[in-house]
Amino acid sequence: MPSPRYRREMPQRYRLEAGKCKGCGKIFFPPRLICNKCSSQNFEKVTLPENGKIITFTIIRVAPQQFEAEVPYAIAIVELENGVRITTQVVDCDPEKLEIGNSVKLVFRKVQAEGKTGIILYGYKAVLV
Amino acid sequence: MVGIIGYGSYIPKFRIKAEQIAHQWGKDAIAIKRGLMLQEKSVPGLDEDTITISVAAAKNALKRCNINPKEIGALYIGSESHPYAVKPSGTVVGEALGIVPDFHTADFEFACKAGSEGMFVAQALVKAGEMKYAMAIGADTSQGAPADALEFSASAGGSAFIFGKENILAELLFTHSYTTDTPDFWRREGAFYPHHGGRFTGEPAYFKHVQGAAKAILEKSGYSPSDFTYAVFHMPNGKFPLTVGKKLGFTNEQMEPGWVVNLMGNTYSGSSPTALSATLDVAKPDDLIFMVSFGSGAGSDAFIFKATDKIIGVQDKAEKVREMLADNPIYLDYGQYAKFREKIIMNE
Repeated sequence: MPSPRYRREMPQRYRLEAGKCKGCGKIFFPPRLICNKCSSQNFEKVTLPENGKIITFTIIRVAPQQFEAEVPYAIAIVELENGVRITTQVVDCDPEKLEIGNSVKLVFRKVQAEGKTGIILYGYKAVLV
Repeated sequence: MVGIIGYGSYIPKFRIKAEQIAHQWGKDAIAIKRGLMLQEKSVPGLDEDTITISVAAAKNALKRCNINPKEIGALYIGSESHPYAVKPSGTVVGEALGIVPDFHTADFEFACKAGSEGMFVAQALVKAGEMKYAMAIGADTSQGAPADALEFSASAGGSAFIFGKENILAELLFTHSYTTDTPDFWRREGAFYPHHGGRFTGEPAYFKHVQGAAKAILEKSGYSPSDFTYAVFHMPNGKFPLTVGKKLGFTNEQMEPGWVVNLMGNTYSGSSPTALSATLDVAKPDDLIFMVSFGSGAGSDAFIFKATDKIIGVQDKAEKVREMLADNPIYLDYGQYAKFREKIIMNE
């Protein structure tokens, strides 16, 4: 990921900041400019809850080069307590033992690095609770 | 009056047992476990570093106090394993916690006492009235050279403390710092592993400085070891803190709650801060807590805290240190450990 985009996305990647439509109340993560439900352009900043549950998941066994050391690892769709669904890696676990419905919480972790000398990119991942 | 208004720790989920390391290098596990008094140590995950550990510990500290992170005026992170040589860990941690942009931050380095250095400065700024709150974090993902004695102890973890003047959980009564030029342990710029002076690390380094700081703060405060409910010391291994505590007149009962090194290892800048955190987890109002850190190079920071009646309500608001240690750790073999600690040379 290029550094400018990483910098721009820090509020959602670091602090789970989402956009809540002032017109209809729908929450968007990541935030967007126009509500796809009521077309409103008025949003307020809300912070997503850290806890949720696994809706579904897959296990990655053949990974992109920068994630090869982590295989096998799980990527899940997690539904947070307010109903917002996000896609995230589930770490600190044996992926073979994961189950749909597992309770998880989001934590702050390294996601990838731009090589040995580039910037380190951080963001959210899920761990079992 | 200034003191701790929030505290929290984080210890990674992964562990390696002393037997695994001893087996790898043909060493006698029983003798090492007896000599160093270490059973296992924490290992950072592939996606963990000083910054992620600091964020996790700080979030636990924030859970124990009801403050707006924007009111934190300073954030100091002490570590010998900052992910960047140039770019402060505090910038990332401050952004992740929502403290940015109106705050002062700096990364501290003083071997194993960088965390207590941060505490020393943070409390002073609050005491001086420069800011409402200041946070100090001691965290590390320390490395010991393969087959070196340090490989049995160098581990990962950290603790965070927020200082303020209201809703204090543990009042800070006295401080003292004791420092000399002592070349007991060092890592030159660009070197991957540290060097240490073998037996030189004991008497002229650890024991001299811990005892120097301890005796000075006892004299300054007028307290004697028997006045304290608890005592915590830097834990490079299991044996040193118990030995220095005994020399100073403290009992094993006073040190037991904070003596987590046998299961956690030496978390370097996070060592004595995590011992303090584990002690605060069980402290009761009016308990006096004695703390002395140690950092090679060398120096010690000493603190005397007194728990207040506010401590009772907050201990259960975040995971406690011993709960983290017992929470289904994932054990690694030496090969996995070598991969996790990036000891294996890979093709780019």
